[in-house]
Amino acid sequence: MILDSKIPEGPLAEKWEKHKFDMKLVNPANKRKYDIIVVGTGLAGASAAATFGELGYNVKAFCFQDSPRRAHSIAAQGGINAAKNYQNDGDSVFRLFYDTIKGGDYRAREANVYRLAQVSVNIIDQCVAQGVPFAREYGGLLANRSFGGAQVSRTFYARGQTGQQLLLGAYSAMNRQIAYGKVKMYPRTEMLDLVTIDGQARGIVVRNLITGQIESHSAHAVVLATGGYGNVFFLSTNAMGSNATAAWRAHKKGALFANPCFTQIHPTCIPVSGEYQSKLTLMSESLRNDGRVWVPKTVETAERLRKGEISVNDIAEADRDYYLERKYPAFGNLVPRDVASRNAKLVCDEGRGVGSTGLAVYLDFADAIKRDGQPAIAAKYGNLFEMYAKITDENPYERPMRIYPAVHYTMGGLWVDYNLMTNIPGLYAAGEANFSDHGANRLGASALMQGLADGYFVLPYTIGDYLARLPYDKVSVDHPAFKEAEQAVIAKNNQLLAINGTRTVDDFHKALGQIMWDYCGMARNAEGLTFAKQEIRKLRDEFWRDVKVTGVNEELNQTLEKANRVADFLELGELMVDDALNRSESCGGHFREESQTPENEALRDDENYTYVAAWEFTGVGNEPVLHKEELKFENVKLTQRSYK
Amino acid sequence: MAGSNPNAKPMDLTLKVWRQKDRNSPGQMVTYPLKGISPDMSFLEMLDVLNEDLLRKGEEPIAFDHDCREGICGMCSLFINGRAHGPERGTTTCQLHMRHFSHGETITIEPWRAAAFPVHKDLIVDRSAFDRIQQAGGYVSVNTGGVPDANEIPIPKSIADKAFDAATCIGCGACVAACKNASAMLFVSAKVSQLAMLPQGKTERKTRAENMVAQMDIEGFGACTNTGACAAECPVGISLENIAMLNREYMGAKLTSENVAS
Ligand SMILES: Cc1cc2nc3c(=O)[nH]c(=O)nc-3n(C[C@H](O)[C@H](O)[C@H](O)COP(=O)(O)OP(=O)(O)OC[C@H]3O[C@@H](n4cnc5c(N)ncnc54)[C@H](O)[C@@H]3O)c2cc1C
Ligand code: SF4
Ligand code: FES
Repeated sequence: MILDSKIPEGPLAEKWEKHKFDMKLVNPANKRKYDIIVVGTGLAGASAAATFGELGYNVKAFCFQDSPRRAHSIAAQGGINAAKNYQNDGDSVFRLFYDTIKGGDYRAREANVYRLAQVSVNIIDQCVAQGVPFAREYGGLLANRSFGGAQVSRTFYARGQTGQQLLLGAYSAMNRQIAYGKVKMYPRTEMLDLVTIDGQARGIVVRNLITGQIESHSAHAVVLATGGYGNVFFLSTNAMGSNATAAWRAHKKGALFANPCFTQIHPTCIPVSGEYQSKLTLMSESLRNDGRVWVPKTVETAERLRKGEISVNDIAEADRDYYLERKYPAFGNLVPRDVASRNAKLVCDEGRGVGSTGLAVYLDFADAIKRDGQPAIAAKYGNLFEMYAKITDENPYERPMRIYPAVHYTMGGLWVDYNLMTNIPGLYAAGEANFSDHGANRLGASALMQGLADGYFVLPYTIGDYLARLPYDKVSVDHPAFKEAEQAVIAKNNQLLAINGTRTVDDFHKALGQIMWDYCGMARNAEGLTFAKQEIRKLRDEFWRDVKVTGVNEELNQTLEKANRVADFLELGELMVDDALNRSESCGGHFREESQTPENEALRDDENYTYVAAWEFTGVGNEPVLHKEELKFENVKLTQRSYK
Repeated sequence: MAGSNPNAKPMDLTLKVWRQKDRNSPGQMVTYPLKGISPDMSFLEMLDVLNEDLLRKGEEPIAFDHDCREGICGMCSLFINGRAHGPERGTTTCQLHMRHFSHGETITIEPWRAAAFPVHKDLIVDRSAFDRIQQAGGYVSVNTGGVPDANEIPIPKSIADKAFDAATCIGCGACVAACKNASAMLFVSAKVSQLAMLPQGKTERKTRAENMVAQMDIEGFGACTNTGACAAECPVGISLENIAMLNREYMGAKLTSENVAS
């Protein structure tokens, strides 16, 4: 299989313009003859569905929550990047492009990232026109902040609830199309299989989560905008329902899965408090603009602290190690996420961690409060401080927050070309579900940008180019390919229900998460990964022998829903390990202990690994086949990332 | 592993939980004793613990809605000891922690009760009426592309901030559950005010108010009698001022609109 990224010819800055011109258009009167399925209505899916509807296509949109307004995008806090240069501080499309490529440790495609930076400016215009209440200055113009290590202020935000406001904007645009009858929304409906006919994506099989009914839907093209797979780790900042099922089942139908091991571990999350922990809560990275990260200088002080013999405010300034400021004087507390996370792990591994478990570091606002006053800090971060206090019962205005890294985002995902089409014709992937723009590490405030870029400004063009070449003929859901897929879904559900074993789904999920965290988390090595692969296989076998799923299919059955998702995580987890094992360099969030500089920084191997690893499914338990898409850098020079 | 409070003692509790097979079956309260609950657990983690116990015994776990568990998606609900989202003000059920309950306490857990929110199963209700109200007019009619540069629409900060406050509604339905008339006025007013305050939303403000209120009535929500119970239980503090604004918007529309026959 040859992976053709379909990157247009020409100079970087002109590729997208030229491509838009070269693409075929569907005559306005003919758009209504085409049906598009959009699975997932987070930022990427809702923006795509709304725009397809506006253009005149017939859209069917699906989500598993009770309303599209609840997609996981709603939880994004910090902001969205755009190269508006409203602050006149030196930003430009090229700088946003450059920062994103470099931030991703040179493992993303130049052309995609450049396009992302280009359309970023349109996103802000669109959202404001919809009534998204971004933060503003007293003069009435939009406010910006610097975010996630960027040295310019290009992040637009709506207090600590940017994702909520952007999603409600996209939701409202989609609602308008629902009212016009151009979009039909199917909430509480989960995609369980992709249907291909003659090699083309022609529909999906879903389960109605209220009645259990298994149904098929056919269309001319299918878009998967189903989010990331961070919940492989059980504990993550993702919502409880976030899952890989749609993408994974498409993978099993032939779609390649790219860079599965590229996981982002976010440095500032509230630490685990007990065995019952069901998810981890992010404390927005914007906090690092004003908070200083530290641990005690010595193991002895840290030990006394953990035992409760001394309290944090007893530790003298001279006995604190502001390790990020010490090691990275240029970026200080604002180093990129992967660097901040790895350093937190390092100091905790040294025994200098705090909190009762020793798996936490401090994020201290005392100096900022002294400098700017409590009201100013409250105005910026009030809702985050409140959330922290609610969860931990501690007041962050009086004592530093305790934070620890947690799984947050998955850069890997379905392989797509420049048009966001997977290797299956007619199957597209958008938002966090694809692999395309963030390389080995995503910069803060770039996921919201990518989701909306894909949905509002890329797919509406590229999907037209595909549809314009297709006949109008619809495929009936009575086609044998649909019936076969339905039967397979029903059989799988029945199998899960019939096992009637002794261990719960969560039990298996937690066990998988532990393996992934220990061996495929912040630091990885060949030995650990090889061991993890065996452990995952054993666990998967046990799952299919011993899981307990109560109830029946023909009802609202949350245990069955989870069981399907965890069954897929148990397969995806192994592929993540395979990918991590294959990539023996370190890059971005993927840290192979065998490949580091003397200062413990990630060491890339550009000669051997400047490629996208796209994996082909060959059957559960069989070794997947690796396809490489070489990455070419014509506009940036590959350098060792340094934030010193 | 203890959390923030290493001295917190585990609690024993009695839960009385609404169980209902599906929309058409009658439901009933069922009692479950529960031991060793950490005060640092969230309320939903406490239910997870109970559900794991039930599953191991081969019993059906209790169905409840939840997703983000961060207080922002609006998916969690639950009427706890007679209060929407439980005893803590300004808190969703998923952000409620067990430290607010005491050892030996009996806790009753029911679904939202409203004619417009029929029960799907146990504690899960159907809130699709809220989506239909938004579809009736909760948007600004702009297509993708062809919009002005964002900074060509300056908005005074005070107004932007107020619009933001209204825009933070998470669509949970607690206002309806808390209201003796099961009115959805707070929910509807939040969107109407947000868009009426902003220049982008002004063009359609009349039709928006009319259409959303009309849909609210069609869905079978009750009338607003200004008791304020909604705002008192709203987890994100949507203010009653929004209802006043909706009333003004609606009256204004009624008086001057060509869309209204009567
Ligand atoms: C706590 C948190 C804070 C964040 N903050 C920021 C930030 O400040 N800035 C930033 O840029 N990024 C941030 N991110 C990342 C960003 O929010 C996500 O990457 C992004 O929102 C993903 O959007 P999406 O549309 O791809 O997917 P999602 O919003 O996850 O939506 C997925 C959709 O798919 C549906 N779905 C999934 N599976 C199925 C299925 N099988 N069948 C049917 N439907 C299905 C779901 O119902 C949902 O509608 C944050 C992430 C987290 C976790
Ligand atoms: S107004 Fe408040 S209580 Fe009502 S739906 Fe919105 S957030 Fe929930
Ligand atoms: S689960 Fe999202 S608000 Fe409670």
